[in-house]
Amino acid sequence: MIEVRDLLVRYGERTVARVPELDVRAGECVAIVGESGSGKTTTLLSLLRLTEGAHVSGTVRLFGVDVLRAPERRLRELRGARVALVMQSPQAALSPTTRLGVLMRRALRLHGVANASAVTEEALRGVMLDPAILRRYPHEISGGQAQRFAIALAVALGAEAILADEPTSALDVTVQAEVVGVLRRLREERGLALLLVSHDLALVSTIADRVLVMKDGEVVEAGPAAEVLARPSHPYTRELLEALP
Amino acid sequence: MRDRLGLFGAALITVIVLAAVLAPWLAPYPADAPDPANNLLPPGAEHWFGTDYAGRDVLTRVLYGGRTSLVIVVAVLTVSATAGVILGVVAGYAGGWLRDVIMRVTDVFLAFPALLLSLALAVVLQPSVTTVIVAIAVTWWPWYARLAASVAASIATRPYVDAARCLGVPAPLIVVRHVLPNSLTPVLVQVSLDAGGVILTAAALSYLGLGAQEPTAEWGLMVQQSQSLFTTNWWVVTFPGLAIMLTAFAFNLLGEGLRDALDPRRVVK
Repeated sequence: MIEVRDLLVRYGERTVARVPELDVRAGECVAIVGESGSGKTTTLLSLLRLTEGAHVSGTVRLFGVDVLRAPERRLRELRGARVALVMQSPQAALSPTTRLGVLMRRALRLHGVANASAVTEEALRGVMLDPAILRRYPHEISGGQAQRFAIALAVALGAEAILADEPTSALDVTVQAEVVGVLRRLREERGLALLLVSHDLALVSTIADRVLVMKDGEVVEAGPAAEVLARPSHPYTRELLEALP
Repeated sequence: MRDRLGLFGAALITVIVLAAVLAPWLAPYPADAPDPANNLLPPGAEHWFGTDYAGRDVLTRVLYGGRTSLVIVVAVLTVSATAGVILGVVAGYAGGWLRDVIMRVTDVFLAFPALLLSLALAVVLQPSVTTVIVAIAVTWWPWYARLAASVAASIATRPYVDAARCLGVPAPLIVVRHVLPNSLTPVLVQVSLDAGGVILTAAALSYLGLGAQEPTAEWGLMVQQSQSLFTTNWWVVTFPGLAIMLTAFAFNLLGEGLRDALDPRRVVK
């Protein structure tokens, strides 16, 4: 589903991310971990060609589409409909002047989803949200609800892969557990591919199958999550694990 | 409280507009029939707002003047704000060469004093109300374009715009659905603040013989033509002046109300 080879992202002369190899298959969860500024989010955004002003080289294939070379129109068909991005600040990712129902309806219409009302209701119930939320504005819902709405939007659009950028870092602990639970269930029930960017190793250990550890734009360690987190081979990974509370 | 003030502004504008529209039925005298025998009468039972230097009833001319002044205000602000916002939002969102081209053209217009440019345009056109509207609108839009461009450039970097791109929304739809609605608030406030300025600029052009001409009743023209009488016959200037002030005030209140209505986060629960 997601296939990355020799990805190199540069702003001018400065290399901000270099990923030799990254694959995410259906039903699999891969996590990219590292501290702030390590290149995790840049890597994620470059998979959808959303890094403005950056020079990106290598190969990124999403569902067979060569992202770095595809025309913009082809990418628009891919974004949202097959690959969804869940952002770090859930409420900031929703237009403050648009009701959630309007946002959902427009997105479904844009991608030609039939039977929009039923699809919306099913997607919302799947993330444990009351459909009454559709009448609300973003400032009228909590961070956890906003994040679950973003996931519901991805599900309603029929996304087969979710790219999640620190999806729980802006949420409190109990809400974090809810969101992680929703992601895990969707992955199991729908076979969603999940690429997760996080600095939260505790979260990663509960959901990820494989882990890439990034430092200063480079992948310093990669492998099965259980192995990397239990027996880290790189000093930086050990540092991250030791920093856990 | 803000909602009430906004509603009060809307109500005030409604009253002013109705008074202007119904002027032929409300006005106690003909608008442009001079009566030299009764000139400069102070306010009284016969003439509530007094009479002007030609003996015309000031109340009547204030009512009729609203027609001309409101048409000028609405036309100028609609044309200039629409053009300015469209160009500004496109420039602010698109960035790059398109922004450079639009903003440099804007700068050229802003390089000239607005009144001077309006005067130059009005001179080459026939004196009329339409001339006033064109002359002011042409010099007014760059301010809205610059304001809208700076707001749109800021909006374009917000996460919800990135989120829309991630959903595959094409750029024109992002501009219309996300950048434009979220950029409108400061522009609307500015538009509401400019209403009084438009009336006064129109008055200046009329005074110089480039806009509305006697015997057309127009608030600005009435103030300009009678300003020398202010110390001796205050009513001739004061009532059209109050009409301008009240209209500008009402537009300001309406602007505040619109800002609240368009920004759901400000809704008073």
